Amino acid sequence: MSSQDIPEENLPAERAADEHAHAHGDVSVAHEKDPFADPGLPPHEHRIQDIDERAAKRSERTVALLFTLSMLSTVGFIASFVTIPADRIVYIFPLGHISGLNFALGMTLGLALFCIGAGAVHWARTLMSDEEMTDERHAIAAEPEVKAKVLADFKQGAKESALGRRKLIRNTMFGALTLFPLSGIVLLRDLGPLPEDKLRHTLWSKGKLLVNMNTNEPLRPSDVAVGSLTFAKPEGLEEEDHEFQTEIAKAALMIVRLQPENIKDKRELEWSHEGIVAYSKICTHVGCPISLYEQQTHHVLCPCHQSTFDLADGARVIFGPAGHALPQLRIGVNDEGYLEAHGDFEEPVGPSFWERG
Amino acid sequence: MSTTTTPNPSGAGAPGRSREKAPAGEKIADWADGRLGIYSLAKANMRKIFPDHWSFMLGEICLYSFLIIILTGVYLTLFFHPSMNEIEYHGSYVPLQGQLMSEAFASTLDISFDVRGGLLIRQIHHWAALVFLAAMFVHMMRVFFTGAFRKPREVNWLFGFLLFVLGMFTGFTGYSLPDDLLSGTGVRFMEGAVLAVPVVGTYLSFFLFGGEFPGGDFVARFYSVHILLLPGIMLGLVVAHLILVFYHKHTQFAGPGKTNNNVVGMPLLPVYMAKAGGFFFLVFGFIAVLAAVASINPIWALGPYRPDQVSTGAQPDWYMGFSEGLIRVMPGWEINFWGHTLALGVFIPLMIFPLVLVAIAVYPFIEAWVTGDQREHHILDRPRNAPTRTGFGVAWITLYMVLLVGGGNDLWATHFHLSINTITWFVRVAFFVAPVLAFIVTKRICLGLQRRDKDKVLHGRESGIIKRLPHGEFVEVHEPLSQEAMHTLTAHEQYQPAEIGPTVDENGVERKVKGPQKLRAKLSTAYYGEDGQIPKPTAEEYKEITSGHGHH
Amino acid sequence: MKKLSARRRHPLAAVVVLLLALAATGGLYTAFAPADKAQADTSAQSLAIDEGKKLYAVGCASCHGTGGEGSTDGPSLVGVGAAAVDFQVGTGRMPAQQPGAQVPKKKVIYSQAEIDQLAAFVASLGAGPNVPTEEQYNPEGADIAEGGELFRTNCAQCHNFTGKGGALTNGKFAPTLEDVDPKHLYEAMQTGPQNMPSFPDTTLTEKNKKDIIAYLDAVNSDDSESPGGLELGGLGPVSEGLFGWIFGLGGLIAVAVWVAARTAKAKKS
Repeated sequence: MSSQDIPEENLPAERAADEHAHAHGDVSVAHEKDPFADPGLPPHEHRIQDIDERAAKRSERTVALLFTLSMLSTVGFIASFVTIPADRIVYIFPLGHISGLNFALGMTLGLALFCIGAGAVHWARTLMSDEEMTDERHAIAAEPEVKAKVLADFKQGAKESALGRRKLIRNTMFGALTLFPLSGIVLLRDLGPLPEDKLRHTLWSKGKLLVNMNTNEPLRPSDVAVGSLTFAKPEGLEEEDHEFQTEIAKAALMIVRLQPENIKDKRELEWSHEGIVAYSKICTHVGCPISLYEQQTHHVLCPCHQSTFDLADGARVIFGPAGHALPQLRIGVNDEGYLEAHGDFEEPVGPSFWERG
Repeated sequence: MSTTTTPNPSGAGAPGRSREKAPAGEKIADWADGRLGIYSLAKANMRKIFPDHWSFMLGEICLYSFLIIILTGVYLTLFFHPSMNEIEYHGSYVPLQGQLMSEAFASTLDISFDVRGGLLIRQIHHWAALVFLAAMFVHMMRVFFTGAFRKPREVNWLFGFLLFVLGMFTGFTGYSLPDDLLSGTGVRFMEGAVLAVPVVGTYLSFFLFGGEFPGGDFVARFYSVHILLLPGIMLGLVVAHLILVFYHKHTQFAGPGKTNNNVVGMPLLPVYMAKAGGFFFLVFGFIAVLAAVASINPIWALGPYRPDQVSTGAQPDWYMGFSEGLIRVMPGWEINFWGHTLALGVFIPLMIFPLVLVAIAVYPFIEAWVTGDQREHHILDRPRNAPTRTGFGVAWITLYMVLLVGGGNDLWATHFHLSINTITWFVRVAFFVAPVLAFIVTKRICLGLQRRDKDKVLHGRESGIIKRLPHGEFVEVHEPLSQEAMHTLTAHEQYQPAEIGPTVDENGVERKVKGPQKLRAKLSTAYYGEDGQIPKPTAEEYKEITSGHGHH
Repeated sequence: MKKLSARRRHPLAAVVVLLLALAATGGLYTAFAPADKAQADTSAQSLAIDEGKKLYAVGCASCHGTGGEGSTDGPSLVGVGAAAVDFQVGTGRMPAQQPGAQVPKKKVIYSQAEIDQLAAFVASLGAGPNVPTEEQYNPEGADIAEGGELFRTNCAQCHNFTGKGGALTNGKFAPTLEDVDPKHLYEAMQTGPQNMPSFPDTTLTEKNKKDIIAYLDAVNSDDSESPGGLELGGLGPVSEGLFGWIFGLGGLIAVAVWVAARTAKAKKS
């Protein structure tokens, strides 16, 4: 690397010259034959620390300083742990309002470890010998004699086992070894129930009220304004319920109100109530709750993979990786004027699966 | 092992000391040797030589971040509750108080806010995981571009590749454990992907989740996979990987004194003991500082998982980003037939995902087949001297990057004021076009660099000194290279394209040339024909130029 | 800070600057020209409507029609209510500078008094939501945790977990909610500006809205806490991955270069 100013008398001039002559002894001859021949390892050059004891001392002090710093940091770590409350928030530019404890512990731990490493590496780089050495490599593959011996041993062993001769033993053994892993596979059976038609049904059924997710109250048509977005769950499903997560994963509903004349799809209009349409909130691609509703375009976008559906046109897919439209829930109004479902979804909600059809 | 260029210092452990006064350390070593044979082991390894190059330390970054992950991970298991039971939160974090959440999420909040230092360990664990995967990626690319995967290291290449893939899944199962709104969305995506598998998908999904999604089982199941199954396999692979590194001895770049039959560098004891040991502390310290200054996966800001809630910007950790890109840009194809649904829009990306990874994994075997080379290689290639390989590698990275762009298309859209639809279309086209362009451009650059090397060897280095000749012509003085430099620049081997040979034998009977053979000859020509490499300078060329007309 | 510098380097930055300059000139003109007339301030409602009508004729009528009936360039304002005007003009979105996927937030060019007059005029065209009183939107005493859950159900899908914003289709976007005035948050929920759906009091009650505003105040304001350290934009794994690669792995490689480098030699070679 870079060379440094060193007093002349400290340089091992003669020795270096000797080595040079030695190392390059027969190179000039080689050069005549092949200009690109390997000149061999260049002679070793000394570092300042190798020849100047003062520099070596400096390095020693640096290493010791780093190790000492590490000790101090560890003390600092313990002190921070004991003294700083876990909920103390401090402002540190440019990090922001952060946890004082996390910052103090991390910095002291980091410094304690980093200094050990830096000390060791500085020690290795400046004080340990940096003379390059050579190891010979040996072929990985075995010598032919070794290989012949191994093959002979194997043949002998195979012969003694009589595996080739006693076919009955061999075949039954293979049979046994092939069959027993089946037990392991059978044991996995109770990991879960069979799908049956569970993916086809949700909690929605005829007469179930549409309950507003925010207020936990049943919705009336007048609550839902044109251009608004509302999320609903089936009546009777509460957050505290044991099966809430699994049920809401299928039953979550997205309700918007369009001008009836804007609805292009005939079935959508039939299944709506005064322009209020209810669609599954679960994307038909891989099941993200889709609800990025643009009230001017009536498009709804999935934030996970950007499938885009047109809510004014039967929620058909207009962009992205989803394979089919969002399922619509047929709704109406009951005697008391609340929005209610006219049945379950007619097709499975959520991602496609093999048996979906 | 001939490590005898320096006289052995007559320090401790050297034979010749009087038997009755053996120091305690030696006694212990003797005891161990009698039972474990440590002296024979140490003879081969204590002064083992390792070459010095920064890029050879990338693997060490992987190893050390892996160790850090294990250490911090064990700590986290002491406080984490892998349970999906819903509870009401009453911990220190105010904006979630009174909310329903799984125990897994609540215990992660406790680790972050109520266990002193818990947040630091969590952040070290997660940052180390990101760095681990990134370092494996770069390490793998270093090995790829220098051709270090060639015989005898193909098996170790595969071990490394497996570690990368397993690392991805360990990461995925790990960040899904807190059961937060972001990772839950990722798990939901996984469920959707499993459902898309033809015939058995629905069953697989039900077995994986113990019924319908999300059910109450997956956190506990992911937990055992994340802390036991995958890390156990990885630990075994890491050990095997390291044993092979020791056994094969490290590769080295060409240079004076460095041959295919030796390894030049510093001994394990003491230099690498200190450097590698010290580097562990450097990596650990560095990541600890990272965890002190930068927040990662702030689950308290994301909230507990609810299958009916979602946030925009839902992305996986970076190493899963390319699969996110695949799934985002795929058109929504779906086929319905005989009462069945084939969700190609999900299933095709699910199949391309492993193919992208396998493409890089099998490359060494394809190259070995094309070259037909059976020898061991311990001298590394400079990437420019293997233009086709380098081109393929850059094309692969380009594909990977294009998919990462696709995976983050929403953030590209908001930060560069672009349309998300345009970016998606760009990625759809670039998926096919960009790798091809990258391959062509890279190969050309490599060939240009080869030409420059050749010029340098034959004509010397441009000195920047302009000389006026007696007849008025201006020339730049070229300094001849040192022999070390000339050797280094000409040390690489160049293959000749394989030939099929005559298709008609001496009796005039047509010989059948099999398809694979033809393909191999074609590939070989592409690799090593006129367009594949610049013939390196020969001694004759050099002598003619230097003896005849002098430098110009 | 990061966003600004990223934008500055954008190839279209020069064009944007030019457009901004042009628009600012025009905007300043429209701002100052009617300002003289508005000097004669009066509290009477009918006078406010009259003044608003004049402002409207200069600043809004070209797109929204002289009677607020709308045109191809702008929607009808009949029935949008005072809250919509207060939001659109009060955040600088209106008057719009140029057609595009979405009208972004920019410098406000009307005084609050003028905005009130405009709002009064537009409200006179047809009944709509009124500008909320401070009592309605002041988040003090609201339930932050409840607000968080409401935010994740109703808002996070477009605006991100903590309101950092996100992308919509074809170049549209949900803006960041950082440091948005509580009044404007309230009005936006109530009126549904541009492509944002509205969340009327019938489906998202006044208390719900307050809770949401309180949640945003806790997690997305200048002095919001980020216990773990740098927030990295609050954008999730993408920015974390970028940071991990550049500073994490980048820094470690720099350390590796130091570890592997040869120490300085004593003599010139």
